[in-house]
Amino acid sequence: MTEKKKERINIHEYLAEMEDIPGTRVFTAQRARKGYHLNQFAMSLMKAENRERFLADEKAYLDEWNISEEAKKAVMDRDYNAMIDHGGNIYYLAKLFSTDKKSFQFAAGSMTGMSQEDYAKMMLEGGRSPEGQRSIKGKY
Amino acid sequence: MARVTTGITSSHIPALGAAIETGKSQDDYWGPVFKGYQAIRDWIKKPENMPDVVVLVYNDHASAFDQNIIPTFAIGCAEKFKPADEGWGPRPVPDVVGHPDLAWHIAQSLILDDFDMCIMNEMDVDHGCTIPLTMMFGEPEQWPCKVIPLPVNVVTYPPPSGARCYALGDSIRAAVESFPEDLNVHVWGTGGMSHQLQGPRAGLINKEFDLDFIDQLINDPEALSKKPHIDYLREAGSEGIELVMWLIMRGALPEKVRDLYNFYHIPASNTALGALILQPEETAGEPLEPRRVLSGGTFAKA
Repeated sequence: MTEKKKERINIHEYLAEMEDIPGTRVFTAQRARKGYHLNQFAMSLMKAENRERFLADEKAYLDEWNISEEAKKAVMDRDYNAMIDHGGNIYYLAKLFSTDKKSFQFAAGSMTGMSQEDYAKMMLEGGRSPEGQRSIKGKY
Repeated sequence: MARVTTGITSSHIPALGAAIETGKSQDDYWGPVFKGYQAIRDWIKKPENMPDVVVLVYNDHASAFDQNIIPTFAIGCAEKFKPADEGWGPRPVPDVVGHPDLAWHIAQSLILDDFDMCIMNEMDVDHGCTIPLTMMFGEPEQWPCKVIPLPVNVVTYPPPSGARCYALGDSIRAAVESFPEDLNVHVWGTGGMSHQLQGPRAGLINKEFDLDFIDQLINDPEALSKKPHIDYLREAGSEGIELVMWLIMRGALPEKVRDLYNFYHIPASNTALGALILQPEETAGEPLEPRRVLSGGTFAKA
């Protein structure tokens, strides 16, 4: 028999740490479960015919999915922070902003409260510093 | 005997493909990125460097896999893989041609080596797989080598640990070395470096972390493999976790390696970008000239 594992990661500590990062929602199982239908809706936009149908009548298309009315509103408002609060994941939601012919930089910038110009300028100057952005509890 | 001659790292962000397709690859913004890659393109097209097969480690970005099936480690064993439609139509690039004999050999070997792989006989490949090919080979009619796509889940938590990725690389090397055909095999680790694509903290870049990561990847990968996920998340942003995939590449090389080329640039859209060529020290070729290139961001002012 092979040697048994001596050290294990404590899952509760692991998951608690994931919630300790400012301005960040890590795509944990809890979020993945909450956002299951929202993310699967976004996946459906990988087909051209679904993109056309969605763009022609967004509400009607969304009503085909088991998604809360709040989450549907977040989609129609293109409020990416709200979509993530409803369990959306950025790589799934990418199908939505790609349907809108928007870039990752547009979507990421839209979540920061900065204008697109200011966000692009910040990136050109070396991006957002991690100083003070690492831990909510530790404030470092 | 097949052998892993080279490890390469590369960014795989879709904006790089868009820059080529819209004719912007030589403008002020993208020019330095493509200049940094040109050295790799020139190097890799030499017959002695051109791989027969690339084991291309990347993460699927909700393309082949959705929330129904989430394999931690998968391996593409098909004859070919089509570019995925990620919402803007498939990338206009050739199909990725696989190497089913070697892929199945690696898959079987990995399972016998305690890695419980998910085997893919049909799979579309997204920008994670095709952008590195574009960056290395430009816009050919056909890709110049065979590719074994190896997608890793780094999207739904938890992704595999750094140590597990490093050990997987070691098992891939052993699998390649037991394949009887004489093949030059590369292992590419893609993604990274520091970046965050979501929430108010989007746009995070951590140059110090990235440069330390590169240094440790080359010189002390064993210690680096023990870095916990939370450190990546805090220091390198929520999507910086992709860097664990570089440890698969590194695990496929011996303890001592030579970095033939070491390119780091800020920013490529939302990300810091790192592109390395590593070879086993015993069989390493000559470093490129210049060997190290740092560009963009605060380097521009230095």
